[in-house]
Amino acid sequence: MNTDTIAAIASGLTQSGIGIIRISGSDAVAVADRVFFMKNKKIADMPSHTIHYGSIRSGGEKIDEGIALIMLAPHSYTAENVVEIQCHGGPLVMRKTLQAVLQSGARLAEPGEFTKRAFLNGRIDLSQAEAVMDVIRAQNDFALHSSVSQLSGMLSEKIRKMRSEILYEVAHLEAALDDPEHLPLDGYSEHLADVLHQLIPEISELIRHAESSEKLSEGIRTVILGRPNAGKSSLLNCLLGEERAIVTDIAGTTRDTLEESIRLDGFSLRLVDTAGIRKTNNIVEKMGVSRAMQQAEDADLILYVVDSSSHLDENDKEIIHLLKGRKAIVLMNKSDLPPVIDRKQLMELTGQPVIAISAREGTGMEEFRQKAAELFDIGEIGKNDQIAVTSVRHREALADALHSLELVERSIDDQMPEDFYTIDLMDAYRSLGSIIGEEVGEDLINEIFRKFCMGK
Amino acid sequence: MNIRETCDVVVIGAGHAGCEAALAAARLRMKTVLFTVSVDSIAMMPCNPNVGGSSKGHLVREVDALGGEMGKNIDRTFIQSKMLNQSKGPAVHSLRAQADKQEYSRSMRKVIEHTEGLRIKQAEVAEILTENHHVTGVRTVSGGEYLCRAVILCSGTYLKSRCIFGDVSYYTGPNGLQAANHLSDSLKKLGIRLLRFKTGTPARVDGRTIDYSKMVEQFGDKRIVPFSFTTDPERVQKKQVSCWLTYTNEETHRLIRENLDRSPLYSGKIEGTGPRYCPSIEDKVVRFADKKRHQLFIEPEGNYTTEMYLDGMSSSLPEDVQHAMIHTVPGLEHAESVRNAYAIEYDCIDPNQLDSSLEFKKISGFFSAGQANGSSGYEEAAAQGIIAGINAARKIQGKEPVILDRSQAYIGVLIDDLVTKENHEPYRMMTSRAEYRLLLRQDNADLRLTEIGHEVGLISEERYQRFVKKRDSIRRECERVKTSTVGGADKVQQFLKKWNSTELKSGVTLAELIKRPELDYQKIAEIDEKRPPLPEDVQEQVNIQIKYEGYILRQMRQVEQFQKMEGKKIPSDLDYSEVKSLRNEAVQKLNQYRPLNIGQASRIAGVSPADISVLLVYLEQKKRRENAYAAGKEEE
Repeated sequence: MNTDTIAAIASGLTQSGIGIIRISGSDAVAVADRVFFMKNKKIADMPSHTIHYGSIRSGGEKIDEGIALIMLAPHSYTAENVVEIQCHGGPLVMRKTLQAVLQSGARLAEPGEFTKRAFLNGRIDLSQAEAVMDVIRAQNDFALHSSVSQLSGMLSEKIRKMRSEILYEVAHLEAALDDPEHLPLDGYSEHLADVLHQLIPEISELIRHAESSEKLSEGIRTVILGRPNAGKSSLLNCLLGEERAIVTDIAGTTRDTLEESIRLDGFSLRLVDTAGIRKTNNIVEKMGVSRAMQQAEDADLILYVVDSSSHLDENDKEIIHLLKGRKAIVLMNKSDLPPVIDRKQLMELTGQPVIAISAREGTGMEEFRQKAAELFDIGEIGKNDQIAVTSVRHREALADALHSLELVERSIDDQMPEDFYTIDLMDAYRSLGSIIGEEVGEDLINEIFRKFCMGK
Repeated sequence: MNIRETCDVVVIGAGHAGCEAALAAARLRMKTVLFTVSVDSIAMMPCNPNVGGSSKGHLVREVDALGGEMGKNIDRTFIQSKMLNQSKGPAVHSLRAQADKQEYSRSMRKVIEHTEGLRIKQAEVAEILTENHHVTGVRTVSGGEYLCRAVILCSGTYLKSRCIFGDVSYYTGPNGLQAANHLSDSLKKLGIRLLRFKTGTPARVDGRTIDYSKMVEQFGDKRIVPFSFTTDPERVQKKQVSCWLTYTNEETHRLIRENLDRSPLYSGKIEGTGPRYCPSIEDKVVRFADKKRHQLFIEPEGNYTTEMYLDGMSSSLPEDVQHAMIHTVPGLEHAESVRNAYAIEYDCIDPNQLDSSLEFKKISGFFSAGQANGSSGYEEAAAQGIIAGINAARKIQGKEPVILDRSQAYIGVLIDDLVTKENHEPYRMMTSRAEYRLLLRQDNADLRLTEIGHEVGLISEERYQRFVKKRDSIRRECERVKTSTVGGADKVQQFLKKWNSTELKSGVTLAELIKRPELDYQKIAEIDEKRPPLPEDVQEQVNIQIKYEGYILRQMRQVEQFQKMEGKKIPSDLDYSEVKSLRNEAVQKLNQYRPLNIGQASRIAGVSPADISVLLVYLEQKKRRENAYAAGKEEE
């Protein structure tokens, strides 16, 4: 049987020991193989009902380590091919893993859809049919309720506005196609391109905000890098001390790292491997650096501490190489001592913002805080809780809408006839509608007649 | 003694729906009687003097591919022809032809009169006869009984119709023809819900009193494309008549505004719901107040007459206002009106009571088509007519009905919309209503539907063989251009340079070149040395199918998803109130519409995706129970 492949977080999105991302459908194994990587083997080659250790990746980025459970049809919950990926139970890791799965060919499951499939495929007893229907009903009502309640008025307002702009353009096109002798389309492509130039950044921004707000709720995963003696631990102490922040120690469940959280205004940094930093005063300094470098691969933010009173060495070169294309702040420490490296030089070398601080004296911290906020768009979010697209579903819908609008742009570039634009424009309209729970229905026809004078 | 006769199929009304229905039934060997209130008005065009246009042209092509008459008839009788939207994509190219109205009507009458087993009868049908929810015949006003096995209602705008302008109203059908005043009551007695709809038509003026020098002449196409796939294109290249373009102005609008209180629409004398897509001129002036002028197309009614149709000036204002406003228009200053514009109100059925075969859900053997179903337009009527005719015949023959779905034809979209959506105004086809319009093109209507027409029995063997040949050569040629490659030979590079196209670095297929925006199948003939000689229509298909392949494939994938849902049938006797967990609104809507399948259910307003999930689980439960029961029986 050929079914589309669905995925969802099966363990609930709250903080828990283990997170489970379930994938079900014909392509479940192929999808899992695009996300879950093992040494020298593939899930596709593994027998059913086996468990494997590996890493979860999205693009080149490692999200987490975890295990994959393979259950091939018909011996699974849904009687389809099922792969469950278990990762750490943090909401961010789970969401990232799900996102990676969705980008690899699965679509987000509807509420109750696993249960529905299980029943339709004969896995659930006939006597339970009514319970299944109740589950679907209840989960849908809950999803709808929670989904709508998650939307701030500003966000739904914004989406409504974008939708009405899109609908107007489609109606214009359709009216002109329907009554070409009445409404010419000369120069319309240029006009539509302008509209898209406005809409596309707006949606991208919503997606960025969604990402930022996810980071916010989790704390921004931050790694401090720097060669031995650059002043990492004094920076740590300074951050912790000066802020008089709430400091929590979370012992990692499987990994031997220690995390500490620093709250700044309205957001927090989750400092990873602080244990490693503290250890660098011991003999195994060198080891500490390379270990921190590994951690840095998964980080959202890298703080690179440079000792401005001495010349850069091999360690620095390695670190600078790693900073490429990442969100990072270079902290020029020991600004109280006579410098041998200048700020401009560092900026050119790293391509990252550089701030002069003295960890020992606590100077430059305000500038640092501002820069961090800037990097994650926190300023805006903090100010007017504008956009808090928190659910994966909303983000998926936004990404779909963005993709559709980009396809329209491409059609315009390819000089396709105007009627081709409406296909993807309507898709974008539909995707945005799903966020605020509105369907298309007769919207288009109504808009055509409302806004355009047609007919004999 | 009243007369009493028997036949297989009775068709009530000989307009565009009735003609197609009667022809289809008779051609499928049903003894058919076609009733009309006036034999002289068979296939009459009481409104616009043209056939086709955006999306309507698609319908005509589809009717033709199924074996209908409309396309052939307009090919015989048109006086101007135009392919609209030629600069746009192939999905929205639309053929429209101006008709000689009387020739159109006469020509159709001739076809009907020469169809074996088809009889014309001038009489008003007053009553539908039924027994136990089965139709048994009809009774005319004069008491004659015609017993039959299927009845097709094609009453157009004639049921209790009333024509209105200003203070004047007549209880007549269009063009002053006799209204059908009895049948509505009979329908109501059968429990059929009726709606009251409204439409209108503009004035006709005497062409001899028009000053064309103040208008812009509108010519037909240089190369005429026929509607019917059976018409030889060479035979329709003829001298054409022009239409003319002029505009209303602020003076026209002032006059209209000043007299709005005398419009029956605005004074509340008209209760019917009017269509938004052909608003009266007074509607346009009120609703689009910022527009300084509106287009008017002046179109000939035929070669037999000097009457000209004022397309764009539909109205129900009083006679004196009509005349005055016409005289404000450049070129019409001295125009003499022959017929006044009027609005017409009429009874039609709520088409939600039909299933997709166009048969009433609650009365077996009773079908309905055309404007009687709340649609508008000659083409929409004809499209329903042929389907109702086919299905009435198949019902009698004990065969499954022909139901086209939304991915197969505009006809499918039209009928599905009528039976699943709430209709508040006469329904008009539009290309934007078709989800898969890139697949439902007017150019490939034969590829989509000839097979079905042949299976049904309306396409002759000879026509079918010609079609198969065409289809195969399209396939072969598409295959050839996808597999033939060209390299960077001088001749090729020169050719690409000429068309401002990027030169080749390595070999590509011909198909890849066709897909380039600046090239197409015809253009690359120059560098395609092994191209076989092919007819024009085959070349056109190859070009479209290759050039837009990416989009076409995307839509085909959507269609696959769509068809999965359409394939999940719902038992016709399902009581939705028994389905636990369905919301009340869904239960009520589903019980009312009684969709044929899950796909149709999902399109009913008020039925949510969760309701559909619940329904799927319920149907599976039911199926398993029945299977278990059957298995148990076997064991006994």
